[in-house]
Amino acid sequence: MARIYEALAEIVGKEYISDQAEELFIYSRDPGTMDPKKPDYVVLPRTTEEVQAVIHLANREKVPVVPLGGGLALSGLSRPLKAGIVLDMKRMNKILEVNEKSRYVVVEAGVSQGMLQAYLKKNYPHLKHSIPDSPPAATIAGNVLIHGSGHLSQATGFHSEMLNGMEVVLPTGEICKVGSCSATPYWFSRAPLPDLAGLFLGWHGTTGVVTKLAIKLYPNPALKDVMIFLTENPDHMPDILFKVTGTEMVEDLNVSATQLPDYMEGLQLTLIYVTANTSDELAFKERTIRETLRSYIDEKEGGFMVVPTFAKGRFLEAPLREMTKFSDTKKGGGFEYVGAIMPIELFPKAYRKGVEIAAKYDTPYSMAIRIIGRAHCMMFAYAYAFNRADENDRKNAQRALHESNTVALEMGGIPWKAEEPAQQLILKQMNPETIKLMNKIRAVLDPNGIMNPGNWEVR
Amino acid sequence: MEYADIIHRCFRCGYCKFTREYQDFNCPTYRKFWFETYSPGGRMWLLRAWLNGEVQSSKRMAEIFYSCVTCGNCVEHCALDFRDNLVDIFVAARGEMVEKGLVLPPVRDYLKNIRIHGNPYKEPQQERARWADGLGIEQYAGQEYLLYIGCVGSYDERGTKIARAVASVLKKTGLSAGILGNKEPCDGNEVRLLGESELFQEMARQNITMFKELGVKKIVTLSPHSYNAFKNEYRELDGNFEVLHYTEALNRLVEEGKVSFSGLNETVTYHDPCYLGRHNDVFDAPRNILRAIPGLALAEMSKIKKNALCCGGGGGNFFTDIIGSGEGAPGRDRIREALETGAKAVATACPQCAKMLEDAAKAEGVEDRIKVMDIAEIVEAAGMRTAAD
Ligand SMILES: Cc1cc2nc3c(=O)[nH]c(=O)nc-3n(C[C@H](O)[C@H](O)[C@H](O)COP(=O)(O)OP(=O)(O)OC[C@H]3O[C@@H](n4cnc5c(N)ncnc54)[C@H](O)[C@@H]3O)c2cc1C
Ligand code: SF4
Ligand code: SF4
Repeated sequence: MARIYEALAEIVGKEYISDQAEELFIYSRDPGTMDPKKPDYVVLPRTTEEVQAVIHLANREKVPVVPLGGGLALSGLSRPLKAGIVLDMKRMNKILEVNEKSRYVVVEAGVSQGMLQAYLKKNYPHLKHSIPDSPPAATIAGNVLIHGSGHLSQATGFHSEMLNGMEVVLPTGEICKVGSCSATPYWFSRAPLPDLAGLFLGWHGTTGVVTKLAIKLYPNPALKDVMIFLTENPDHMPDILFKVTGTEMVEDLNVSATQLPDYMEGLQLTLIYVTANTSDELAFKERTIRETLRSYIDEKEGGFMVVPTFAKGRFLEAPLREMTKFSDTKKGGGFEYVGAIMPIELFPKAYRKGVEIAAKYDTPYSMAIRIIGRAHCMMFAYAYAFNRADENDRKNAQRALHESNTVALEMGGIPWKAEEPAQQLILKQMNPETIKLMNKIRAVLDPNGIMNPGNWEVR
Repeated sequence: MEYADIIHRCFRCGYCKFTREYQDFNCPTYRKFWFETYSPGGRMWLLRAWLNGEVQSSKRMAEIFYSCVTCGNCVEHCALDFRDNLVDIFVAARGEMVEKGLVLPPVRDYLKNIRIHGNPYKEPQQERARWADGLGIEQYAGQEYLLYIGCVGSYDERGTKIARAVASVLKKTGLSAGILGNKEPCDGNEVRLLGESELFQEMARQNITMFKELGVKKIVTLSPHSYNAFKNEYRELDGNFEVLHYTEALNRLVEEGKVSFSGLNETVTYHDPCYLGRHNDVFDAPRNILRAIPGLALAEMSKIKKNALCCGGGGGNFFTDIIGSGEGAPGRDRIREALETGAKAVATACPQCAKMLEDAAKAEGVEDRIKVMDIAEIVEAAGMRTAAD
């Protein structure tokens, strides 16, 4: 142990490694419900070469390595299930290049969502990236690698689809480039090469450590507004979402359904975000969207909520602080959600199941749905707040989450950023040949099984 | 422990690490150490674990809590409703450590020196007014204001220069004020922040009695730390004085047209002291004074006012230096930010900040490129004029 500690200190510097009880405590848990798992070391690398040296050492010593970004996935993905080294990537926080004309940015893996947003606002105000509603400390890499989604996902898909390329330290220590950057000085796309990015997306850090990545940027129109359409019948939602996305005039599209406050119970709030460069353009888009939903209004099945300008701020900020404030619902400092990716037509069923499960676990229901890529699918979140100080309440939320994962799978959805037990549920119903392929890939990439072991493992 | 019922409400989301617009991490200890344990949320979770017995008392635990510079950035930017209590919670945790005898040697020494000598410098009380030698500053004897200097202004080499500048400037304005000289006691602000609330209360009560006996109604302070103690903490102990920071007093005179300046051709940036700015919302008075100086260009840093980065001296660290030096020291980060503005001087309004930043400029090797000056020193250099001139 002392030998490993010394070797790690040699690599990153003694200030940036810890095996002290305080760090081991904090890095063994995340803000969600999953049980703690203690690492042996916490290491804070600054360069790709340091990451590489850590990986070489881990192979020599057969010690697991768990990459950590913001640690905000909530589903315990960066807890070291089999102990070892937690590699906190946040010191690697340089924004390396913005290509204004080809609209992409190259960042180190520890760059946070918040800092990239602020950097663009200051230096390239006409450009933006698709920001998730996670707290701003979430990293670009952590989010892309779990197929996250955000404020531009309605228009452009999962954040993994916005990935142009990356630099990865493979589990055996080679520094590998993926995408156009592997063959040219530019990081413009993954096409037309064999798409190796898939070896690292959705794998929860089990196939390598991403050290740099490029993501697409998008125009940042001057005006942004939100329209809120209210309905009381979830059966209408697939059609409403289909129609609204069909206008091609929506930047972000979310649905919120919560039991609290009381007057919201039973309602679905469709939050339609519209952007434009002129007020005429904005007015035209909003008019078109209103027209699209006219039949619901005429038949008194839905209507637009009047949102006073002063109240719009909290809907228009990015990221939405309101999401984080959900953790204070029970004045208990905790929440976690199952975000299940599923087709739009499952909305009514998914909604009713959400109400049912929450009632069963005696907790107010809270669902948040983000539409991905013009309604090609949706991220359907069942969120459960819990009181961190009450162990029974945490366990209760854990059970509600597990049941939500089970139900999502039964319906035909797939739990996203799945907790380890939910990964097992997915693997159980996965095509055996797919599992074999996954195992083969891992065996080739990571012969010593050092990368985030315990995740995506067939028990 | 006080606040024990709300500690678990921290979600460890990390909003508190940032500035409002997220352009940078702004918790000085997180920036320096980079472990989550040194972030506000990390401290909240550790504290809960410590109180629950899940982690044991240790030197590192004490370092984690005593390195906090109580800058209040977390209070400003935390996403949840209990945010106002964050610094109080960290101070209460220190209180627990004091009670359990777990404080670190520099903290113990600070508190011991206050008990024994009445100041952290182990200097004799009779020397307290040495800084004022030859200035002809009046003793307090019922003037409108008590001019309170504090330990740093009284004893620290850099601090005394600032004290001389402040007292001279105020004297020149004709402000009716007097000092306590060798009778001036320590205000106790850092004693409270280091977790010795009982000693603080004892000191504060004594000071309140003394001020009242002398007939003090209004106090003007040199240091934002004293300002904070008198304005916010003494009030709770029935010490209801009207308290001004000297930049507020001076700014009033500038606004009333009672003082003006010949001018100073210099580009200056301004560093907000945490106990003047974030803790007490005094952002404009020092800036207005600078703006009133002909020829002076105020070049703001990217992180100012509620988003200012602490110099690293708060929460007792000026004396204990638990946060430590090195390239990642907040003072050095701040000097680099000041240099980015192109300013040739960084102005501040706190003797602790001035000293921290001056040391940081030396450590960065840029003391020739950027001077650190107190507002009062800038005012002197700018040739302050009054009606009498
Ligand atoms: C209030 C709230 C709102 C949220 N809203 C959204 C939302 O709108 N959209 C969304 O997508 N998510 C959302 N999330 C979920 C989550 O916070 C984000 O997806 C977040 O971006 C994850 O990034 P992270 O840096 O925290 O990743 P982490 O949790 O640190 O890591 C996630 C996974 O990626 C791996 N990993 C991290 N970095 C690397 C690397 N460099 N190389 C290899 N593997 C790595 C880790 O091992 C882990 O398995 C939300 C969370 C909260 C708390
Ligand atoms: S202190 Fe506030 S902002 Fe910071 S982690 Fe805790 S809840 Fe989040
Ligand atoms: S007061 Fe300042 S140093 Fe202390 S935790 Fe808050 S932000 Fe960090």
